[in-house]
Amino acid sequence: MTKEIIYTLRSPYRENLDVTAFRFGKGRKAAAIVGALRGNEIQQMYVCSQLIRELKKLEEKGQISPDMEITVIPCVNYYSMNIGKRFWTMDNTDINRMFPGYDMGETTQRIADGVFSYLQGYEYGIQLASFYQPGNFLAHVKMMETGFTDKELMKLFGMEYGIVREPRPYDTTTLNYNWQIWETKAFSVYASATDSIDKKSAETALEAILRFLYNTGIITRKIRSGYLTEIIPEANIAQIHSDAAGIFVSSVSIGDHVNENEIIGKITDPFDGETISLIRTNFPGIVYFEYNASLINENTVCFKIIKE
Amino acid sequence: MIKTIAQAALAVNEKLKIRKNSIKNGSGKTRLSIVTGIHGDELEGQYLAYLIGSRIQENIEFLNGTVDIYPALNPLGIDSITRGIPLFDLDMNRVFPGSKEGTMPETIAAAIIDDLHGSDMCIDVHSSNIFLKEIPQIRISVPTAETLVPYAKMLNVDLIWVHDSATVLESTLAHTLNSMGTKTLVVEMGVGMRITKEYCFQLLDGVFNLMKNIGMWSGETVPVREPMISLNRSVGFVNSDAAGIFVPCAEFGEHVKKGQLIGRVLDPLMGKTAADIKAVCDGIIFTLREYPVVYGGSLLARILQSAEKNGEEAEV
Repeated sequence: MTKEIIYTLRSPYRENLDVTAFRFGKGRKAAAIVGALRGNEIQQMYVCSQLIRELKKLEEKGQISPDMEITVIPCVNYYSMNIGKRFWTMDNTDINRMFPGYDMGETTQRIADGVFSYLQGYEYGIQLASFYQPGNFLAHVKMMETGFTDKELMKLFGMEYGIVREPRPYDTTTLNYNWQIWETKAFSVYASATDSIDKKSAETALEAILRFLYNTGIITRKIRSGYLTEIIPEANIAQIHSDAAGIFVSSVSIGDHVNENEIIGKITDPFDGETISLIRTNFPGIVYFEYNASLINENTVCFKIIKE
Repeated sequence: MIKTIAQAALAVNEKLKIRKNSIKNGSGKTRLSIVTGIHGDELEGQYLAYLIGSRIQENIEFLNGTVDIYPALNPLGIDSITRGIPLFDLDMNRVFPGSKEGTMPETIAAAIIDDLHGSDMCIDVHSSNIFLKEIPQIRISVPTAETLVPYAKMLNVDLIWVHDSATVLESTLAHTLNSMGTKTLVVEMGVGMRITKEYCFQLLDGVFNLMKNIGMWSGETVPVREPMISLNRSVGFVNSDAAGIFVPCAEFGEHVKKGQLIGRVLDPLMGKTAADIKAVCDGIIFTLREYPVVYGGSLLARILQSAEKNGEEAEV
């Protein structure tokens, strides 16, 4: 393993921001894995830290294939992590909306450029991604439909679901999108939690990444088989919105099977405790996302259901 | 007449409401919409909205048509000094056109578009953020320049900046409305979290001049200034390569020469200058950093290259 500072930013009064990469194996740029681009992506950094531990062991045992190089960047924006912010410390911009970056541009454009320049040329790119709303996802792999990456490749992760997303305008400045434009086959792995560590789903994500590396011949240690991944267009996932505001109580868990018209949660009045809304599914299917904050506004996505 | 154009219940005993003041007079069908407050830390539009509403209502006999004033598209942001939408950490100007079936920000955005669509003209007033001060200007993407520049010239701004279009900007209010055929001009002026009265009065004169030109105002107006137009002129970007405290020595709006010292980045701990900041081209400083703390990459100034340098690339 080699540890390398790939980008340094000076601050007026803090220690330098040193974005650090861990490299394993030598030779062809086979796979790059990126963890926290945002200050609240603790789970994403944690998954990468566990991956680095595993890759160290594999390297010591000679189980990284010849002429294969793997890079892991566990955390880019730890400046924000250390002060409890999600986006950039100074101007609140999102590094994952700055790719491919610009070396003469604003601070977060420069950070994005520094990271992206280093990540050029890898055959596969895996980002540990998060969602902007408070909630937990069923661990899954996702890719953007740019026409460059074969969606069947998602099956090599052996996760239960592979989601295909049609890119929207605001996706075009993300790492995942730009990786694909620069001809890296890019995937986002969602490990359920964001702000805190969920060990079970972290292990699921870790195993899926190692399985992908094995299935693509980058490592030689066999990883036990996973699921026969079901590839689903994002359009096949139903969103269930709150039709009232108040205190949110879920009565299901992610991964549960639900029936049509089943009550899966309720909203109560925050003052008198009366139930003001019963949340029902419109479709039978699997709970893929569950809102997890106590207070909920009207028109908030509280569940996502993978339709049967 | 005050109308609520979108609303959603918040968790505890409150509704988020987006409201407009619809002022109508005469038989004219022309409709002008003034929108502001998409970013909760941009307040120049607050004073402008007041000035427009106040002047029209005091001189209502001169109005022939409808002026709709939307002072706060992001009321939660304005009330909490938050640029984006609180709770979501989301830039509201990246969720348009929204969706009627989407999340709360998306449904609000869709309702706003529904209400604005059909205006003959829309003016979306922004300040800069808290970091930069801007001279009154209108920003127009290249594909809409031919249609919009003639109207932008009526608004009494100092600069019309015609910039390349970017895919990511397709999620803005202005792009959405322009692509639906509602002519929308984006104004940037002043600095975040502050009101610059002279700029608001300058634009106020421009708004009434535009109203007169599109046939909905018959009251007195004043002649407007001829703006600089960035077409065929380069814009030089001055970014800091050092971290520290930026103290400018050039004035906002000043004509500078390439290589001229425009400020310094200082290291207060060491008592030294971390970097001398120099103009990257001849021209006028139309953006200047207001917030002193800088990192490598922080934008310090933008310079519109002098007209006589047309055709030459600015070194940036």
